[in-house]
Amino acid sequence: MSFEIRVDGAPVAAEPGRTVAGVLLALGKDSWRDTRRNARPRGVFCGIGVCFDCLVVVNGVPDVRACQRTVVPGDDIRTQHGAELPGTGES
Amino acid sequence: MSGRVVVVGAGPAGMAAAIGAADAGGPVLLVDSAAGPGGQYYRQRAVGRRTPSSELQNRLTSHPDVTYLPDTSVWALEPADGSHLLRLQTGAADAPGRTVRTVVAAALVLATGAYDRALPFPNWDLPGVYTAGAAQALAKGQGIAVGQRVLVAGTGPFLLPVAASLVAAGAHVTGVLEANRATAIGRTWLGRPAVAARKLGELASYGVVLARHRIGVRYGTAVIAAHGTDRVESVSTARLDLDWNPVPGTRREVAVDAVCVGYGFNAQLELAVSARCALTTAPDGGGAVVVDTDQRTSVPGVYAAGELTGVGGAGAAEAEGAVAGAAAAHQLGHGTGPTSAQRQLVARGNRLAATLAAAYPVRDGWRGWLTGDTLVCRCEEVSYDELSEAVRTRAATGPRAIKLTSRAGLGLCQGRVCARNTAELLGVPLDHTAAAGRPIAVPVRLGDLARTPLEEQ
Amino acid sequence: MTSSASPDVAVVGAGVIGAACAEALSARGLRVLVVDRGGPAAGTTSAGEGNVLVSDKTPGPELDLALASRREWPLLLARLADELGPELAEAEWEDKGGVVVATTDPGPLAAFAATQRSAGVDARVIDRDAALELEPHLTPRVTGAVHYPDDAQLQPVLAATTLLAAVRARGGGVRSGVTATGVRRTGEAVSGLETSAGVIPCGAVVNACGPWSSEFARRAGVPIEILPRRGMLLVTAPLPVCVRHKVYDADYVGGVGSSDADLQTSTVVESTRAGTVLIGSSRERIGFDDTVRVRVLRELAAKALALFPFLDAVPVMRAYGGFRPYAPDHLPVIGADPRLPGLWHATGHEGAGIGLAASTGRLLAELFTGTRPHVDAKPFRVGRPAVVGAEVPA
Repeated sequence: MSFEIRVDGAPVAAEPGRTVAGVLLALGKDSWRDTRRNARPRGVFCGIGVCFDCLVVVNGVPDVRACQRTVVPGDDIRTQHGAELPGTGES
Repeated sequence: MSGRVVVVGAGPAGMAAAIGAADAGGPVLLVDSAAGPGGQYYRQRAVGRRTPSSELQNRLTSHPDVTYLPDTSVWALEPADGSHLLRLQTGAADAPGRTVRTVVAAALVLATGAYDRALPFPNWDLPGVYTAGAAQALAKGQGIAVGQRVLVAGTGPFLLPVAASLVAAGAHVTGVLEANRATAIGRTWLGRPAVAARKLGELASYGVVLARHRIGVRYGTAVIAAHGTDRVESVSTARLDLDWNPVPGTRREVAVDAVCVGYGFNAQLELAVSARCALTTAPDGGGAVVVDTDQRTSVPGVYAAGELTGVGGAGAAEAEGAVAGAAAAHQLGHGTGPTSAQRQLVARGNRLAATLAAAYPVRDGWRGWLTGDTLVCRCEEVSYDELSEAVRTRAATGPRAIKLTSRAGLGLCQGRVCARNTAELLGVPLDHTAAAGRPIAVPVRLGDLARTPLEEQ
Repeated sequence: MTSSASPDVAVVGAGVIGAACAEALSARGLRVLVVDRGGPAAGTTSAGEGNVLVSDKTPGPELDLALASRREWPLLLARLADELGPELAEAEWEDKGGVVVATTDPGPLAAFAATQRSAGVDARVIDRDAALELEPHLTPRVTGAVHYPDDAQLQPVLAATTLLAAVRARGGGVRSGVTATGVRRTGEAVSGLETSAGVIPCGAVVNACGPWSSEFARRAGVPIEILPRRGMLLVTAPLPVCVRHKVYDADYVGGVGSSDADLQTSTVVESTRAGTVLIGSSRERIGFDDTVRVRVLRELAAKALALFPFLDAVPVMRAYGGFRPYAPDHLPVIGADPRLPGLWHATGHEGAGIGLAASTGRLLAELFTGTRPHVDAKPFRVGRPAVVGAEVPA
């Protein structure tokens, strides 16, 4: 039932129904973004899509709430550094 | 499909509203941002073996007159000729290129729920600090405990099921800290024995779980600081006086890898504000939509149910949803409207909300937990000192000037987390309508906005 | 200002225009009290993008005022930095310049720029490659552009609060939550301002109520014609710097002076210091209706994408809007009311109030103190037919 996705370049097995936050927390990560101003680490805070702290880059698109996004096979998940532009990795 | 009831939110209130309206014979569209109905309360396990669904969920999914639209957020709502237009996006959360559409709501039931209120304290921005709702959602939905040694802190009966969920997900819960005193809480419940009899029975079941795992509830105690470099390594707890000021000499450092905090709830009011519904201050001090005994808001054709009208828990929300659904359908010529028995259940829920607010207030002393460098606005990383300085030196008054001089509330969460706290820290009244006024209710990718059809298709 | 001393001038409205007038008057030694029914910068000022533009104006009195104000703003901010310290004078001033982009025949745009040059605007016609060099993310469909190095930007709420801080520092006052309800007359002249907090004795009153100026003028017994026009803006999530100038599409030039009631949008896209990209702006004549209109937001989005296709997957996190005050002839109203000695007006700046504020304040103070105006004040006189119905001589 499980399928493969990538997390910061490395292949990772994920189960259907997992959120991005679920995948990352299960890997033992509790932060996957650094903030624009002070470069501080952030991960899940509110867990229900309200606080926008758990932002992550999914398939090249930044500003995705990890707690709200369910993974699908082939998803490419990457740490978000501050503010990024979609598709470029520019920050 | 004209003359349709649209319900926004598929938690207890929204599910009950959809069923109530559909039972009355009206076609219903139920829109929800999650992948399955249930909301926060009836959240089901999304990974591995499914948890059994509630009766409400079963009735909803089997109802022929309810069209259920999951993975769909309402990013804007606008009045149009006596009805309302909802701008929807459907698809993977925050993905560009989602399906955008417009639907017309002849009658609209808002059941958008609430989210945890978190009070700031030093280092509350460290990873490992979660809201109680986050711990609950990850435990119930993903089977994940947010830490191995977890402390739960805040106020209100919701802390108990959170602790129980953490235990079920495999965490060691080192304790539950209730900031209010047991005597004060007890006095409030004792003064309302009928309300207490119903609610305390439910809470007792969690008490059994906690007792079995030897998890103590410490009253009059709070987490007043977290410590760590890149994540939480420990927290400081302290006894609180009646106003929630830390009692000198009671500060203790506790090693934990996660702390979950919840100080009541804030209602998700943005769609109600876009619809121009009148708001009021709820018994707990938060914003709430004004409704009558049919759950009608001040705007014709718009109903509100659940935590949006005052935080009373799932039972109260369900009762309000049933009334709102029946009333909305009746407005469109279906059924006979809410029954007096249904209205009585709502009145009971309102009494519970008032009791909860009285028993578990948030006291002003929390403002003393902050240091100058404690973040007030997490998104824009505005510290307490920066907020105070901006407002003082610029003599800013009013929500817009305060935001635009301090930057607190200008980030992606649009003040959801900080607006109420900021107002209390500055000692200014919170204008609920201004604070929850978000014409763009949730972010929409620019291309999707540009491709939104203006009419229902 | 101590409570015992009554002000020489009461300014009604703590937006950027009222603040600029109060600053300029107080700089000339007058005791000034600013009152606002909300608070500083609570209305139109907080709903603007902070444009200080010379690019969008056709030759004429408003362009002359804009050119003067463009020179005035940095001098004013520098003076205030000396007086108040750099932190309190920080208004996020950026002389970033503007680029007007054509995606069809660039001829008309170049011709328009030529007329502006003759009026003293630095307007440089550039080719496609030069445009893409100035703005690398620009649409490849660009056919030509005009570069306006003098277009600038500031953060309107910071600018207004800086000006008001100067007023306070000079002994003046700013009172929030006080609604002006009329003027008190003694004989034929103003002797006080009537407010929700009582009468404030003063020798003169300045009406700087923006879109609500006509309401206050009516209460003062001397109606003026100032109408509201709604403007909406989109704000993206924070991004890395990706738009370096203020970038407009060429039809911006046509939209500003128009009096069509229908929706008009013309794109202005720019990065702010906070990282967000502002996308403006629409103009609608719909009275004081502030209902969300997705039709408007959608058009802004589509036009921004036509200029900057890379914005397609960028999240929009906020939309905001407000009401811009305009006179039927689309010129600001600055000066004494010839019908009521002691009443002054500074209003009607439409979408250009932030940019025009510095010279508006200075001009009003010059007229008030009888010194020689730094721009021709006549086109902006209160007693003109468009504002008061028929010419009223001073």
